[in-house]
Amino acid sequence: MKNIENILEVNNLKIYFKTFEGISKAVDNISFVLKEKETLGLVGESGCGKTVTNLAIMKLLNPKSTILSGKILYDKKNILEIEEEEFKKVRGKEIGMIFQEPMSSFDPLYTIGEQMHEVCKTHLKLTKSESRYKSIDMMRRVGIPEPEKRYDQYPHEMSGGMLQRTMIALNLLTNPKILIADEPTTALDVTVQAQVLNLMKSIQDEFGNSIIFITHDLGVISEIADRVHVMYAGKIVEKGTTEEIFNKPLHPYTQGLMESKIRREYKSKTLPFIPGTVPSPQNFPKGCRFNPRCNFVKDICKEEEPKENELGNEHLVSCWLYGNGGNQLENN
Amino acid sequence: MEMEVINLKIIKANNIKKYFPIRGGVFLKVTGYVKALENIDIEINDFESIGVVGESGCGKTTLGRIITKIYDPTEGSLYFYDEKGNEFDISHKLDKSIRGIFRKNIQMIFQNPYDSLDPRLTVGEIIKEPLQIHRVFKNKKEEDDYVNELLERVGLSATYTTRYPHEFSGGQRQRIAIARALTLRPRLIICDEPTSALDVSVQNQIIEILKEIQNEFKISYLFISHNLDLIHHVSDRIVVIYLGNAIEEAPAEELFENPMHPYTKVLMSSMPSWDPTNRKLGKVSVTGEPPSPINPPLGCPFHPRCPYKMDVCDKIKPKLIGKEHKIACHLYE
Repeated sequence: MKNIENILEVNNLKIYFKTFEGISKAVDNISFVLKEKETLGLVGESGCGKTVTNLAIMKLLNPKSTILSGKILYDKKNILEIEEEEFKKVRGKEIGMIFQEPMSSFDPLYTIGEQMHEVCKTHLKLTKSESRYKSIDMMRRVGIPEPEKRYDQYPHEMSGGMLQRTMIALNLLTNPKILIADEPTTALDVTVQAQVLNLMKSIQDEFGNSIIFITHDLGVISEIADRVHVMYAGKIVEKGTTEEIFNKPLHPYTQGLMESKIRREYKSKTLPFIPGTVPSPQNFPKGCRFNPRCNFVKDICKEEEPKENELGNEHLVSCWLYGNGGNQLENN
Repeated sequence: MEMEVINLKIIKANNIKKYFPIRGGVFLKVTGYVKALENIDIEINDFESIGVVGESGCGKTTLGRIITKIYDPTEGSLYFYDEKGNEFDISHKLDKSIRGIFRKNIQMIFQNPYDSLDPRLTVGEIIKEPLQIHRVFKNKKEEDDYVNELLERVGLSATYTTRYPHEFSGGQRQRIAIARALTLRPRLIICDEPTSALDVSVQNQIIEILKEIQNEFKISYLFISHNLDLIHHVSDRIVVIYLGNAIEEAPAEELFENPMHPYTKVLMSSMPSWDPTNRKLGKVSVTGEPPSPINPPLGCPFHPRCPYKMDVCDKIKPKLIGKEHKIACHLYE
């Protein structure tokens, strides 16, 4: 038995966009690893850089308007430096992606079958009848009733939940090592969301893929992730196992998010909330980017960016309250 | 305190039905109907909060829009009561004579504050518009002061009056929408998913503002949402809707302590746990999705997905029965 390997390593990744208002630092110096057969949850609010990070992994950002630096190591190669032609063999085959809105991520002009055949033809060199057989089999495995009929239908003839299942089936055709799921259940109803999450868990058990699961919904993350990284304003502010993050959140932002769940005990009481709003990427505050909204803010938070402190078992937090910077304040 | 105001009705709806025609072909003949609502009863009194919960496409938004008279009901009767208790039949097109008073009394806050504010009006103009239509103030100074006061009430600076909606974040825009709904001091505000387009950390701020202004101005709310936690928090009574039918109705605590309809139970068990040591989605047993409202199933609308389906369920539609805790399910008849 060998140790669990890192299948993907992101080192000091920076993603800056050139905009009319100047450089927008959408993602600023983040590092993380994705291990074999795990589900890594990336949590954060809109504009925190979680989607952009994954578009960089998929090499889907426009090189003309983006400034990228750092490394994304997959299969010993830096994805940022691989030629586009070469990466075409990886994208969709070894790294798959499930998008947020199943209704708008299929081409409405082609049948489900044609779109599935495109994947089979490109990556697996299958003929039409071979891909039909394989696709229908895969659709059945993800729980789509009457897959033979669905295969010849157009996307508009299917419901959101069915399309999201189809999207998962489409990604599984090539059995990718990494599956990036960007808010895959946000557009779905809760009862259907539960089904899709269960499906993703069971396909992971069966196929052994690693999943990067992006969402703003901590409830969903609590159900599916093995480890969680919390992002705020282009930074990862806290990393840990799902249990650690939920039972012992350290960063004031993570703590705020945890408290923002409307619990039943809160009825007829004031709801806790994080004051202020999410800063825009053109205008991130100096020092710790959470400092204007933080209840524990100190002078140093407004001046210098906090470093990552390791506190216990793989639990890392970027906050001046901890490690050398802090004198372990009252909240501990 | 005027005690007699407390138990006044604002809205009473009986057997509301709403069908939207589907047109097709060259001559746009009606080929079918989207049956958005089937026989809904609802009553809203002064200073109470009613929650309407259900999945997308269940008709909850349609219900809100019928009560605000954006849509007219296909069938059924809808009554509006003014502050003195006079009854007006508003089942059909709103009559000119009551339009003013009706609009003054009932306002709406929409789901997406990115779409619901006119991008070409300044914040001041947006909030003043209702005041001018209803000719509330005679002099401009008073009007400006009132607008500033409202903005500050919802947590915005009075200097924002000259800015445009695009300059604000989602949370701030929703505050502007709240200020606009408040201008005429309505008795009822319909809140259609007021926080679902907002960032998680901002949602609770908006709910707190809604709660504060409710207590301050004694407003009633009809809260429409798919989020059970939110609905529980803000509502006195909750109506659960499935495929255009009210399937359960109970006081908030009672519904959560003792959910009876199989669908309500499924809905509650589908909410994520927030506890990674005690995950619960794996235990959810429901399959399938809500059927299309164009071709709803016969009998009980939930029977194709119901784990307790009996012979009678696909033949006869159960009626909503009971007093405090109403339920439409053959299991309880």
